[in-house]
Amino acid sequence: MLWEIDLHGRAGERDGAAAGVVDDAHSLGLAEGLRAAACHGYLIQGAELTSDDAARLARELFADAVAERPVVARVGDEALLAAPERLARDLAGQPATESEQEVQPEPLGDVQLVQVLLKPGVMDPVARTAETAARDLGLAVDAVRTLRKFWFAGIDAATAERIAQRALANDAIERFVLGPLPFNRLEAGSDYQFELQHVQLAGLDDDGLMRLSREGQLYLQLAEMQTIQRYFAELGREPTDIELETLAQTWSEHCSHKTLAGRIAYRDENGERQFENMLKETIFAATQELRRRWGDADWCVSVFKDNAGIVKFENDWNICFKVETHNHPSALEPYGGANTGLGGVIRDTLGTGLGAKPVANTDVFCFAPPDTPAEQLPPGVLHPKLVMRGVVEGVRDYGNRMGIPTVNGAVYFDERYLGNPLVYCGNVGLIPHDKSFKEPQPGDLIVAVGGRTGRDGIHGATFSSAELTHESESLSGGAVQIGNAIEEKKVTDVVLAARDRGLFTAVTDCGAGGFSSAVGEMGEEIGAEVWLEKAPLKYSGLSYTEIWISEAQERMVLSVPEDKWQELHELCASENVEATVIGRFEPTGRLVLKYHDTVVGDLSMDVLHNGRPPVVRQATYEPRAAEPLRRLESPRNWLDYLASRDLQVQFIVNGTVDEYLLPDELISDARAFVEHVATGRRGMGFDETQLAAVRDFGKVLVECGAVAQSNLSNTELVENSPEWAAIRDGAGRLRNALGGVLSLDPIVDFGRTSAPTASPLRNPPHQGEGTGTGDLLGSLLAILAAPNVASKQWIIRQYDHEVQGGSVLKPLVGVAEDGPGDAAVVRPVLNSRRGVVVSCGMNPRYGEFDTYHMATSAIDEAVRNCVAVGADPRRIAVLDNFCWGDCEKNETLGSLVRAAIACHDLSLELETPFVSGKDSLNNEFSFVDESGAKQTIAIPPSLLISALGQVDDVAKCVSMDLKQPGNLLFVVGVTREELGGSHYALVNNLIGGAVPTVDPPRAKATFAAIHAAIDAGLLASCHDCSEGGLAAAVAEMAFAGGYGVDADFDAAPVDGDVTPAGRLFSESNTRFVCEVTEANAAAFAQTLANIPHAKLGVVGHDDRVKIRVANETVVDATLAELKAAWQTPVMT
Amino acid sequence: MSIPRVLILRAPGTNCDEETAYAFAQAGGAPTEVHLNRWLENPALAREYQILCLPGGFSYGDDVAAGRIYGNQLRHHLADQLREFRDAGKLILGICNGFQILIKSGLLDIDDQHGPAATLTWNESHRYVDRWVHLRVTSPQCVFLTGIDTLESPIAHAEGRFLVRDDATLARLEEAGQLALRYAPGEPLTDRPYNPNGAVADVAGVCDRSGRVFGLMPHPERFIDRTQHPQWTRRPDLQEGAGLAIFRNAVGCFS
Repeated sequence: MLWEIDLHGRAGERDGAAAGVVDDAHSLGLAEGLRAAACHGYLIQGAELTSDDAARLARELFADAVAERPVVARVGDEALLAAPERLARDLAGQPATESEQEVQPEPLGDVQLVQVLLKPGVMDPVARTAETAARDLGLAVDAVRTLRKFWFAGIDAATAERIAQRALANDAIERFVLGPLPFNRLEAGSDYQFELQHVQLAGLDDDGLMRLSREGQLYLQLAEMQTIQRYFAELGREPTDIELETLAQTWSEHCSHKTLAGRIAYRDENGERQFENMLKETIFAATQELRRRWGDADWCVSVFKDNAGIVKFENDWNICFKVETHNHPSALEPYGGANTGLGGVIRDTLGTGLGAKPVANTDVFCFAPPDTPAEQLPPGVLHPKLVMRGVVEGVRDYGNRMGIPTVNGAVYFDERYLGNPLVYCGNVGLIPHDKSFKEPQPGDLIVAVGGRTGRDGIHGATFSSAELTHESESLSGGAVQIGNAIEEKKVTDVVLAARDRGLFTAVTDCGAGGFSSAVGEMGEEIGAEVWLEKAPLKYSGLSYTEIWISEAQERMVLSVPEDKWQELHELCASENVEATVIGRFEPTGRLVLKYHDTVVGDLSMDVLHNGRPPVVRQATYEPRAAEPLRRLESPRNWLDYLASRDLQVQFIVNGTVDEYLLPDELISDARAFVEHVATGRRGMGFDETQLAAVRDFGKVLVECGAVAQSNLSNTELVENSPEWAAIRDGAGRLRNALGGVLSLDPIVDFGRTSAPTASPLRNPPHQGEGTGTGDLLGSLLAILAAPNVASKQWIIRQYDHEVQGGSVLKPLVGVAEDGPGDAAVVRPVLNSRRGVVVSCGMNPRYGEFDTYHMATSAIDEAVRNCVAVGADPRRIAVLDNFCWGDCEKNETLGSLVRAAIACHDLSLELETPFVSGKDSLNNEFSFVDESGAKQTIAIPPSLLISALGQVDDVAKCVSMDLKQPGNLLFVVGVTREELGGSHYALVNNLIGGAVPTVDPPRAKATFAAIHAAIDAGLLASCHDCSEGGLAAAVAEMAFAGGYGVDADFDAAPVDGDVTPAGRLFSESNTRFVCEVTEANAAAFAQTLANIPHAKLGVVGHDDRVKIRVANETVVDATLAELKAAWQTPVMT
Repeated sequence: MSIPRVLILRAPGTNCDEETAYAFAQAGGAPTEVHLNRWLENPALAREYQILCLPGGFSYGDDVAAGRIYGNQLRHHLADQLREFRDAGKLILGICNGFQILIKSGLLDIDDQHGPAATLTWNESHRYVDRWVHLRVTSPQCVFLTGIDTLESPIAHAEGRFLVRDDATLARLEEAGQLALRYAPGEPLTDRPYNPNGAVADVAGVCDRSGRVFGLMPHPERFIDRTQHPQWTRRPDLQEGAGLAIFRNAVGCFS
């Protein structure tokens, strides 16, 4: 008997789910003025369940008697299909007030019912809890499923189907049904018939091997397939499927990081460098050097070895930190991807040493702009708005349920994250110093603890090493998972209790690769025998290989001495956690896999861990030539110009080149345009003819551009040269091809997402243009409102950032508790005053100039955020997370190696060690456009630096909000004309310019001095200068504190010529704004004696921010005005 | 002076147990964290304690509805023990998820012959929210709030909107002095509504008719130390956290 219990909100309650779909249908362009009603429900199966039982379940378990109205019936009953009355009353999902109940219902017309269910086998935590609870009531319930229902009025079935596909059901995990449910019983798993599978390798040629690699979703490279083929040929047998899968998992990019830890021949402007192991010789090497330098004072404990890096904290405690990415799963199913991303990194912490207690989360996301027009989405891509909402909610629901405060984060927007959003999840753990190392012993039992094994995430490890394609959704549906945070919370509770009772010798998490990777890693030095049939399963039907490689969530693997097993088992059972012996670490040096006593796999640990042929790669980096900062012209303008003989004639006749844009700048704009289209940042709406025209024009530019430019001084040659003629003709062809598109300026106006103002051909932008004292207030407001900078309050407030009771500095600070703090501080040991500081730094926009300076800027930003709130710079550890495009491309890998070299260099100079890291390569999205051509969008180089700082007494911490009128405001650090990649350039459509660099000795001294000032209690507030430069920093401090500022930016220490725009918005590194009382001014000056700094002005009594530069007041705005700009909603 | 023993009852998904135990310890109590399973195995277990606290968290994942499963467990398996505990003059405190559990367990003297008369349901925003609120004590009855007029604490919940079946219920609870704690405007006034979730009559906390069973959505255990306050860096006047008074009141009943 299959019963359904639907739960509707009571009369007068807002129908939030209906309002949500109405909003989405509108913003995705699916339907306007939609009328909708929604409810959620449960399907309950039980052969003996009577209608009384179902009514009792509704009353006692499922329905809230005060807030909800249940509808109970058998599946198939008309009562379940009828549209609720509110559909007739609520227009567009608006909340019905009590008085509106009096309004006569409007005729509904056609009503479409859409029902959304999870696909069979997808984790449904609510249903599982409900099954247990129903049985607890004494009712014989076999299975429960959740469902969501939507009724739409006034649309046809085809529109309802589109809404279901695009806005309601994610095909990766859900299915939808139009109308009644087409079944009356819930499917159960089918039985599994054991059959040992061999895979034929002998005789396969290279093509055959690669086909097997691809079609079997092994994603191994040819040399690796050949090595495996030889290995089994020598053994005189074929591999079993499980052996091949085990090798593929262990050798995957995701698990072995073979590219970056591999041989790389790197070449840049400084010459060639050969790496045997690139990461080891750059980032690791710097840390090892620092540890040697420190000797007895070394405060690193375990680096680049365990699941997370461990450093000393205080007395009996160490802290550890790890940041992971979960990009590919989040692209397909944002909620589940982010959910399990956070769940996974929490298990990293729990699986560090003998288990660390997770005490803080950090999350950084990269998305395409949420206002991307829906019609520009390539096939297979979810709308960025849905991606962003899903990711935010996925992190929220896991972190909040785990009871771990989410204290730090950031969001970056760029068109190139369209098919490949980035989701970085990090976790800080607290661990007793004597539990920081693990070592499984021969003879220990292999114990699986936590969730059961299902088909979840099969092939996640190999899948994340592959490029995403628009087919990924159907190919890799199994790679997507939903987490169950409460299972993980229970596991955490028992693992930490067992740790304190000394019940195991080692622990690791089941992440990518599942048991295969966890057992393979733990048993590397010993050997292991695994009894696969012992693993508890969610449902029957799993093959031995599926059990072995499943990436089902919330599982940990422990190595347990035989005499501790009973106690561990009882401890787990006492808290409803399943613990099962699935094998034993046998001192054989072999990995032996058995299924009911049949050996299904037998590999030597040595081959598994050391048998992979080295990956050898070429990497090149060509530094970009310096270009002045200048405005990026609308394509229409430069195409008209380049293509027009008349304009050239005018140019020549008038003779005075200063009056018009110089052709070489136009050609540079044209190059930038071609590059933006080629990298997928723009041109999504182009058809194949248009794309071909862009490509052709790109070729012309390459062939003729240099010659044309070199001859520009000679106007005669410009007119007559064949190169110039080729460019002119090419531009003409492109203009004709793009004719229709050019009228859609937002599509082709790259660099920002709002509509540009059509500008006629203008004077050239030499000194002053774009960097003068023009509309600097306008730029400031635009920067504050830019999505990267604007308030993330709507995300932050959805995260519990105070659970565990150690919150010291929250993400939002100030008089209205809504100003942007630099870093979060928590006190993980409640009876101690010592604090942990968490911050991050990232700027993908700088990578277009030089990934070296992008990396050093990110490190500087992460460290200065930490220092700004009070962290001791001598105790800051950092993590690297490289998310890059396809590193089989030499230039892509070259840009990464260059960033790694930068990390090495600055780490040594600042004496800031890297303690852990992770990379995610192949972040490219391919799709076939309407004309059948393959298009690829690569993400920009995205290096996230996360910093873990410490402060000895949290009472010394400083926040960024202004505290007191009359206090003095100082800028610390040197401003240079570094507007390249800045937010000033972004909001003004400028390209070129100098990217910020770091002066390492000066940075180190500045951090030390700021810390000394904070430690001595000299600072009332302190804020770092990052996006938007000094002006944005001062504005943020002002509106966060509720006090005005009167500042003269001419006073700021500068290096070289700095324009007014540079003084306000340059993003030069290692700068702080400090608020100091009159009384402390002398001591402050003394503390900062050797550091460039200057008084900018005073904190005002009024509510105005006034900034003077070049003896002119260029900003005069109210706090309300500035704050309103900053609070421009990124998304609601 | 005896030190009252505090039973901090945790279940799968409870996650504010450690800081709540710490708050009771700071207030002079002797807290012990006990898993719900231990009490189910040994119903007499609670007799050794003077104060029972259900801390915050997501018991059983808030699956189905916040506090529903845990509330059912108490209602079906420990109803007699809970009544015995209360009738012996002991104290019961539910914070956040603990309040959600209490209101569904029937211990708050809210329900009548027609069944449940009040609930805690989805915030008006339909979204989880973490922010600080100002609170006002509006009934002298609740022993946990003795001597407190106003206080600040954070809320952190998705399902915290107090909702009653009808106006008569509200009037009845008001008259019985059970609507003990309300969201209130604070200083300085901001644009944001002071009631963070749309609770009817701004109700943030409810006690039973005896005043010894109390549930509240805000987290007083998150305001024990001055550095927990969101504005402590601009408020040198702040001393200890105002939330500590609630735990002191509880402990003070027995010492």
